[in-house]
Amino acid sequence: MVTLDELLQRDRKREDDGFKRKIRIGKIVKPSKRGKERIIIVPTTVEEKFIHDKPVPESEGGQGDSTGGTGEGQEGEVIGEEPLRPSEEEGEGEGGEGPGQGEGGEHELESNAYELGKSLSEDFDLPNLSNKGKKRVLSRYIYDLTDKNRGVGQVLDKKATLKQVVQTNRCLGNIPDVSDIDPTSFIISPRDLVYRILSREKDFESQAIVFFVRDYSGSMGGKTTQVVVSQHVMLYSWLLYQYEKQVETRFILHDTEAREVEDFYKYYSYKVAGGTKVVSGYKMVNDIVEKENLARDYNIFIFHGTDGDDWDTDGKEAIEELKKMLGYASRVGISIVEHTYSKSRQTEVELYLKKSEILSKQKNYIKMDVLSESSDDSRIIQGIKKLIS
Amino acid sequence: MELVSQHAKGIMEECKKRARDQGLKFDDETLEYIVTNKDMIELSPKVMIPTLYDYWVHDVQTISGKGVYELYPNNPYETVINTRPAISFYNDNNPDWLNVMIFYHVLGHIDFFQNNLFFKNTWDFDLTGKALSDKRVIARYRAEKGRWVDYVIEFARGIDNLVNYHREINNMLTFPENKKFTQVDCYFDIFLQKEKKITTNNYLKEIERYNKCKKENKKAFEAIFFEDVFIKHPEFTEFYKTKKKEARESNNEHLDVIQYIIKHSLFLKEDENKWMKSIIEIVRQTSNYFQPQIRTKIMNEGWASFWHETLFMKDERINGHEVSFAKVNAVVTAMPKLGLNPYALGLRLFSHILSMEDRGCFDLEYFMLKDEHEKKHFNKLKGTGLDYIFSVRENLCDFSFINRYIDQEFVNEHKLFVSGQRLNKARMTREYYIKSRNAQDYRQMVIDTLYHPPVISVNHEKSKQGLLYLVHKFEEKPLKKDFIENTMMGIEFLWGGPIKLETHEVAKQATSDKSYVNFWDPNYQTPESSEKEKFEWKKILYVIENRKFHKQEI
Repeated sequence: MVTLDELLQRDRKREDDGFKRKIRIGKIVKPSKRGKERIIIVPTTVEEKFIHDKPVPESEGGQGDSTGGTGEGQEGEVIGEEPLRPSEEEGEGEGGEGPGQGEGGEHELESNAYELGKSLSEDFDLPNLSNKGKKRVLSRYIYDLTDKNRGVGQVLDKKATLKQVVQTNRCLGNIPDVSDIDPTSFIISPRDLVYRILSREKDFESQAIVFFVRDYSGSMGGKTTQVVVSQHVMLYSWLLYQYEKQVETRFILHDTEAREVEDFYKYYSYKVAGGTKVVSGYKMVNDIVEKENLARDYNIFIFHGTDGDDWDTDGKEAIEELKKMLGYASRVGISIVEHTYSKSRQTEVELYLKKSEILSKQKNYIKMDVLSESSDDSRIIQGIKKLIS
Repeated sequence: MELVSQHAKGIMEECKKRARDQGLKFDDETLEYIVTNKDMIELSPKVMIPTLYDYWVHDVQTISGKGVYELYPNNPYETVINTRPAISFYNDNNPDWLNVMIFYHVLGHIDFFQNNLFFKNTWDFDLTGKALSDKRVIARYRAEKGRWVDYVIEFARGIDNLVNYHREINNMLTFPENKKFTQVDCYFDIFLQKEKKITTNNYLKEIERYNKCKKENKKAFEAIFFEDVFIKHPEFTEFYKTKKKEARESNNEHLDVIQYIIKHSLFLKEDENKWMKSIIEIVRQTSNYFQPQIRTKIMNEGWASFWHETLFMKDERINGHEVSFAKVNAVVTAMPKLGLNPYALGLRLFSHILSMEDRGCFDLEYFMLKDEHEKKHFNKLKGTGLDYIFSVRENLCDFSFINRYIDQEFVNEHKLFVSGQRLNKARMTREYYIKSRNAQDYRQMVIDTLYHPPVISVNHEKSKQGLLYLVHKFEEKPLKKDFIENTMMGIEFLWGGPIKLETHEVAKQATSDKSYVNFWDPNYQTPESSEKEKFEWKKILYVIENRKFHKQEI
């Protein structure tokens, strides 16, 4: 079987031969009712041919495609509707920025992200953590009546049992006339009894805690936020896989002041019009770690996404807080997503980080990735490699 | 991948017997394999042909198929391929009763593959064997030429939807058009009738002379016959030459784009590039093989579903499993409240045709009836429905099936409608509404979903001096713009010279008469744009030369 890496390698060669690359990295997203989704990274390609297109591109919310249907109703009658945008449950700030497909709370995100992390680790050669699990692991068991068993068990599942009984008797020819069934003549085999039984499920305590810090100031509109959030989703997924789901997350947003939000949905959707002070975010992380004494029990990861803007242009305070952070963190990763209009000018954050030489001195603990706001998924994944290498 | 157990094979053979009793026809030999879901995912990019050639796009599809499977695990009950013997794939874990049903379904497919005339081009050989030898050819070239083999495959696949399948199948079913253009044909069919316009009497005399000549001189009678002709009409020699040339050129017009390139490309004629021809030909033939399958999906699935239902309901092995069967069957063949399930549609339509013919509703008598009530209760008790649907399965493809048999009776019976979407600005929602219950609209809606590649052919006249001039037949459908450049670049590579493509695109959407908002009527709504949107079209010429791509209006 050809691996993804081999395919991508071959795809790169196309450029040497004077052809455009054909493989793109795509995501499959499975939405579900409770706003929880699962994401999987896959390669995609299109075999380009001459094919027919619609005369006009569909406009958003305009007249869509006609299709078939069946059922009652007069011509012209409305049979259903769907909202154009998912409703925003809480109207804070100026509303959502994200892709509009609601991400669920952190526990829901968890189950999906694990798979994503797995495919990231396997398909993209993301490194495995070397010292994972050095902290203690707590585990406990819970019991639940979820499994089914035929013949013996704790609680009889009456409906399932009855179904079995009928099926057995029908097979035996014991129901000659389906419109006149005599249950008293039923033969009941011991195998027909279906029970629910107790099953033991393991529950672990977390080993790692990840702080996601994001600049949500006015300048972070549109693509910058999307790039930061995509990268953070993938980072989170990778950690989740590395720690076998035993990961806790904290989400911190900052402009000139920092605040903690409780779930990923809020993390990516909030936006304010304020200015930027990076230090506020770092300070909040340090405060939380100190107050809750997290450094003792957890591996701590901190990822920060910003467009590189900082009112505090020489970053004195921010560097101060960063140094404190590096005292306990397993890894600090800073992604700077540059606006296309900023050209090649280095951003403030990038400048003062380089000036402080913190990146070279502490290179095992802090990494920086600078990418453009028009980066696609493969670039984002490359960035992750950089941040966690 | 392994063969099914002897027990399951026994069930299959029993099913064959009963299916044959009902009139299905298929070869004795079939092969049944058990496959895992992983096998299925790996097979599906290869159109389920295990021996199909390797190609990186298949690998990409396999990897993404695995991703999709993780999110949407699904378990196809069966897949049948049109080979000799027919091969079908199954899951490991089906109970016997389910296998009975699935086997009937599979036999329906096999019957369809082996009797529907659109498949005639696939009847004389076994694809698994042919594909295997193709695969080896490609593997051998790949060892020699490396990734250039994959470029050739890619570029050939870029135009593999332009194969002239209908012409090919027509030649097979009727008589070959490209037979030799002989002197005799030319003399009698064209020269005497159209050029000399001689009288019928004289024409018959000439034929008589020809027959006499044939009888008297066994060998070389033609030469003797034409000796006289040449004396009488010295201009005939020249006439025949020009006509023959014309015929040859018109033959060129019948070549599809791939054939034309293989035949006329100067690039492919060069010694070091000759190997590419065989790869291009493999791609073309593979595409042609699958053409009938794409064009009979609704019928094929409908036919198989019709027979698994009919046969299994009569089978005593269903006892005790009626409910389970009903569940499985409903999932496969339910008509969705919104949307189109082509398989369910095919099944309904076959049943509809059966009962219509049983009642004699395809007769003139019914057609002439005006009274709805009489129409509803019309029944000549003809009982010929079964024979009728067998001939439908033999002679029709999806288009003719849908176009001929979706009638108002069918739409009414199943409460079908065409649904539309529109914006409700007041509620900020997208509404789905019943657009039409008219059979004609429904038919058109289904037809619009059918496979219909653009008709693009080579203009031989304009293809001069190394240029290849392609013409896209105008059907009020533009080409997908994003794909044009890369596709043309592929053709340029194979052709070895500049390419021009003539097509149409929308100049602008003709604006309907401005309607003014009626402020007097509170219930007034802005009228929706009229059903048939009108467009103004302009002719466009795409040109690619030395990988430089541009377009111009003409």
